[in-house]
Amino acid sequence: MKTFYWLVKREFWEHRGGFFWAPIITGGVFLLLNIMGIITAEVLGARHGINFGASGGLQRVIADMDAGDLSKVGLALDIAMYSAMGLLIVVLGFVVFFYCLGALYDDRRDRSILFWKSLPISDTSTVLSKVISATVLAPIVAVIVGIVVGMLQLLILATTLSFHGVNVWQLLILAHPFRVMLNLVGYIPLYVLWALPSVGWLLLCSAWARNKPFLWAVALPVASGLIISWFGIMGLFNLPATWFWSNVVQRGLFSTFPGTGSLFGSHGGSIAHDVAGNPSLDFMDLGSTYQLLASTNLWIGAVVGLGLLAGAVWFRRWRDDS
Amino acid sequence: MSAVITASGLSKQYKSSRALDNVSFQIAPGRIVGLIGPNGAGKTTALKAILGLTDFTGTLNVLGFDPRKQRDKLMGEVCFIADVAVLPRWIRVREAVDFVANVHPRFDRAKCEAFLARTKLTPNQRVRQMSKGMIVQLHLALVMAIDAKLLILDEPTLGLDILYRKQFYQNLLEDYFDENKTIIVTTHQVEEVEHILTDLMFIRDGKIVLDADMDAVGDRFIEVMVNADQANAARQLKPLDERQVFGKSIFLFDGADRAVLEQLGETRRPSISDLFVATMKGTYA
Repeated sequence: MKTFYWLVKREFWEHRGGFFWAPIITGGVFLLLNIMGIITAEVLGARHGINFGASGGLQRVIADMDAGDLSKVGLALDIAMYSAMGLLIVVLGFVVFFYCLGALYDDRRDRSILFWKSLPISDTSTVLSKVISATVLAPIVAVIVGIVVGMLQLLILATTLSFHGVNVWQLLILAHPFRVMLNLVGYIPLYVLWALPSVGWLLLCSAWARNKPFLWAVALPVASGLIISWFGIMGLFNLPATWFWSNVVQRGLFSTFPGTGSLFGSHGGSIAHDVAGNPSLDFMDLGSTYQLLASTNLWIGAVVGLGLLAGAVWFRRWRDDS
Repeated sequence: MSAVITASGLSKQYKSSRALDNVSFQIAPGRIVGLIGPNGAGKTTALKAILGLTDFTGTLNVLGFDPRKQRDKLMGEVCFIADVAVLPRWIRVREAVDFVANVHPRFDRAKCEAFLARTKLTPNQRVRQMSKGMIVQLHLALVMAIDAKLLILDEPTLGLDILYRKQFYQNLLEDYFDENKTIIVTTHQVEEVEHILTDLMFIRDGKIVLDADMDAVGDRFIEVMVNADQANAARQLKPLDERQVFGKSIFLFDGADRAVLEQLGETRRPSISDLFVATMKGTYA
C-alpha cells in the first residue's frame, strides 16, 4: 500500500504540469475573462450613461420576487458555479487522454524504464498506479480547483453587483454550493468506471507502440471504422455502421472526457426534457447521474477496459525495445 | 555457498540474429565478474535475461528466483545500473531519494545521503540539469545505499571523463563491495576494470569463449617478447597472436609450457585488452 501511494505520488511529480497547473491556469484564465467581461460592460455602460441599478430599481425587483423567482436566482448562481467546471472538464479530458498515451511510452523512449524496472515493483502495480492517477487523482485536483474557482466566480459577481447598490449577498444563500460540490465530487467514481475503456485502450497503445502511440491509438479505431462503414460489415449484426462509430470509436477514444457518460450513455433526451419542463439542474444530481449505473454500455465498457489493461500489463512486462 | 547465478542452455533469438547461443555458466558469490565482448556479442542480452527484462529459452536461476516469473521479488536483491542517463530527466535528487527510500525495503537513507554529501548535487537539482558524471554519481549513491546481493553494471562509465570513471570504481570497491556481494560488469574500457576483476568471461557471437578466474588466466595465457632471430621458433609453437614492437615480436600463447617459452625471451602476463584483441580477431571481418 505504501509502495502504491509512492507510485501515485511519483506520477504527480512527473505530471505536475498537467494534473496541477493546467486546471489552476484554466481556472485563472476563466476568472480573468469574467473580470475582463465585467470591466468591458462597466466601461461601455458608463460611456452610454447607463448606470445599471443606480435608481434602486434592481433592489426593488429583488424585493418583489416570490419563491419561484428566487429559486431561479439560485439556479442561475448554481449554473455560474458549474460553468467554471465546464471548462475544466474539457481540459481534464485532454490531460487524461495525453497522460495515458505517454504513461507507458515516454519512459521506454528515454530508457528510464531501465531505472524503474530496477526497483522491486511489479508491472501490475505500475500500470494500476497510472490508472488511478488518470481516473482519480487528476479529477480530484480538477474538482477542487473547479469548486474554488466557482466560489470565486460567485464572489466576483456579488461584489460587482454590490458596487451598483444591489445587495446580493442575501441572494448567495439561494445558491447550493454544497450540493454542487457533492455532485461534482460524487461524480468521480462514476467517471472511473466510464473512462476505463478509453484509459485501457490508450495505456495499451502506450505500452505496445514502438513509436507514435498517438497515431496508433487514433488510427486503428478510425481505420477499422472506415473499413466497417465501407463494407457494411455491421449489417451482418443488423446494426448500422454508426453503431460502431459511437460504441467503439467514440467510446474508446473520448470516454476520458467527464460527463460524456451522461451524454452518450443514458438517453440524451431526458436532460432536455427536464430543462424544458421545469428549469432545474436536477440532472446534475447524483440520483440522476448514477442512473448510468443501470446502462449495459457502462459495464461492458468497464469489462473491456479491464481486459485492455491486462494487455497493457502484459506488454509492460515483456516489451523488449532493444 | 551456492552460486548466485546458474545458467544452462540459455538461448535468445532476435529476428535476424542469435544473441545468445546455448550459453551455460555459474557465478559464485563474492566475485567481480567482467563480461567482455565486442559490440553485438550478446552481453546486454545476457544481462537483460538475468534481470528478467527479456524472454529466453533455457534455465536460469538468479539468487533462487526465476527472473521470468519472479522479477519484482528478484529486484529486491539485485541492483542495476545501465549505461549513463537512464534516470528520468524530470526527477529531482530529493524525489529520487524519497521514492527509492519508500519503495525499496533494503535502502539505507542515511548511507545515500552521506554519499550525496560528498558530491556537488543539491536536493532540488533535476537530472536534466546534471552532467553525465553527476547523473552517475546520483545513480551510484542510490544503488550503493541498497544492501543488494548482486549488482549488475552495463557500461556504467560510458561517456564519462577519466576523473569520474576512476572515482566510480574506487567508490564501488571501497564503500560497497564485500564478500557477500557479487558484481557483474560489462565495459569496453577493459584497462580500467582489469585490476578489480576476480573473474573474466569473454563472449563472442552469443557464445562464451572464455570463462576463468584471473589466477587461471595468468597461468594459462603467457606473453613472450622474442628477438627477431627466435621468431620462427616461436611461431612453431602455434601462438594465438603475434605483433611487432620496436623490432621485437610479441607472441601470445594459450596453455603453452612456461619453461619452453622462457628460453625464447622475456615472459609476462598479458593484459586483458591484448588477450581480448587476440581472442576476438576477425569478429568484424
